[in-house]
Amino acid sequence: MQIGIFTVGDVTTDPTSGRTPTEQERIRATVEIAKKAEEVGLDVFATGEHHNPPFISSAPTTTLAWIGAQTERILLSTATTLITTTDPVLIAENYAKLQHLSGGRVDLMMGRGNTGPVYPWFGKDIRQGINLAIENYALLHRLWREDVVSWQGRFRTPLQGYTSTPRPLDGVPPFVWHGSIRSPEIAEQAAFYGDGFFHNHIFWPASHTEQMVRLYRQRWEHHGHGPADTAIVGLGGQFFMRKNSQDAWNEFRPYFDNAPVYGHGPSLEDFTEATPLTVGSPQQVLERTLGFRDYVGDYQRQLFLIDHAGLPLKTVLEQLDLLGEILPELRKGFAEGRPAHVPDAPTHASMVAAAGGAKDSTVYAAADAATGHRAEDAAQPQHEEVRA
Amino acid sequence: MTSLVVVSAGLSTPSSTRLLADSLAAATAEALEEVAVTVVELRDLAHQLTDHLLTGFPGPELSRAVDAVRRADGLVAVTPVFSASYSGLFKTFFDVLEPGLLDGKPVLVGATAGTARHSLVLDHALRPLFSYLHAVVVPTGVFAATDDFGDEGLDRRVARAAGELAALMGKVSGVDAAGPARRTVEDEFAHPTPFDELLRRASGS
Repeated sequence: MQIGIFTVGDVTTDPTSGRTPTEQERIRATVEIAKKAEEVGLDVFATGEHHNPPFISSAPTTTLAWIGAQTERILLSTATTLITTTDPVLIAENYAKLQHLSGGRVDLMMGRGNTGPVYPWFGKDIRQGINLAIENYALLHRLWREDVVSWQGRFRTPLQGYTSTPRPLDGVPPFVWHGSIRSPEIAEQAAFYGDGFFHNHIFWPASHTEQMVRLYRQRWEHHGHGPADTAIVGLGGQFFMRKNSQDAWNEFRPYFDNAPVYGHGPSLEDFTEATPLTVGSPQQVLERTLGFRDYVGDYQRQLFLIDHAGLPLKTVLEQLDLLGEILPELRKGFAEGRPAHVPDAPTHASMVAAAGGAKDSTVYAAADAATGHRAEDAAQPQHEEVRA
Repeated sequence: MTSLVVVSAGLSTPSSTRLLADSLAAATAEALEEVAVTVVELRDLAHQLTDHLLTGFPGPELSRAVDAVRRADGLVAVTPVFSASYSGLFKTFFDVLEPGLLDGKPVLVGATAGTARHSLVLDHALRPLFSYLHAVVVPTGVFAATDDFGDEGLDRRVARAAGELAALMGKVSGVDAAGPARRTVEDEFAHPTPFDELLRRASGS
């Protein structure tokens, strides 16, 4: 069982102090949070991806590489990588590079994002959201598995004899999750490829999470990857804890009431009942979290959102300390009653082992030999035009 | 059994909107042999409707109301007139229904107001709303101003509108007759589109 945190990277005013952090403070805080996550023994740090204020989560691989350089063990991931608006050629390069730099400590989660205007910023059409997710990922999947790709599709220029570099570390592409709240097509996509499926879980009632995970598990089996309970499932979660439950409620309430996503809506009481948000003592967070299995089955990854809604860095780091304290109990609880045939989430090491060992996948080529074109040839006609 | 859902957006108790809704429901039930009537009183769902706008998911009672509408063979929808249109509460309920949920569903529209000067609200506001939602609105809508409740003409209009709704309920739905219904998220969960079909669509072929 992998346990970790995911961040949206929002710059939000602390409603109790009225203070809004700068981008620089928030970016630095994100790094501190990731380092602390490793320190308290968590397995995964995942960053979201947004390209507009009030977020600082653009350029995710830059952030992850910086964190990777200052950590030893924690897995670097995303929640999510925008497969719709990011060129799959760029994703293939960036995350393969991150694999090499971090020694394979990387996987990623594909998502379509929830910001409509982002599509035109990257020259894409929001009405094609699902189709972009399908086509772009199909290309990305090939770029990491075939040394030379010739490809033609609908949403980007064709590729002729193209080689994405660097090749995946040890010949093994990063493991991929697909995240979706309410699009059955994405559960089908994850199941088809035998990839992981992640449900955000935190803004929706458990019944929706259950429905999506059930569909993914059924389709996993349908597509021949094994029994439904061997599918690779991840869930989001959200908590605020203090030793004394009532302190947690009092401290968190103003953050909840003013939160960007659900603030000024349901009461904290209603929301904690309808969604996995748990406010209370460490023991209460422990028990509620272990209860998620009741409706999704034994699963592989649990990520918590803990650094949003304007919570100050100090508070977030305290939350991580508290999470670290219940971590052994959490792991013990998840292991209890878990059938032996339910797999762990694939890691670089496990995938290398499954592939029969690491192999260097460098494509050795002389300059220009990989594409068959020389830069000089392409440049020639332009000079002619200038003269004319 | 045939199922009739009555959506009433009255705010006071007792409410003339609910009074009109009940008489429309009773007349429809009388015209049908066996019918189960469910009343959705939007006042009771006002908090959950606002929450739904902000969180994107329905609370438990609202969820049950939406499910009742989804399964209904026919709908009676009655609103008070606020500022020359349906009330915001009424509109919010229909705003949070997922696309396709009212496709081909027979709907009887009704409205109440203090004076008869608002009577065209049925044709200016309610019919366009339900046309957009692809519901089938019965030809007779029923408007009741305060003084209509003492007038025998109202019963006649109620009976005629209810007869029209009853005639449409239980028949083959307009959608079935017109061809395949649009797929809702629920359909997709029940019968997921296979991946090769998703790939084919993505390629635009």
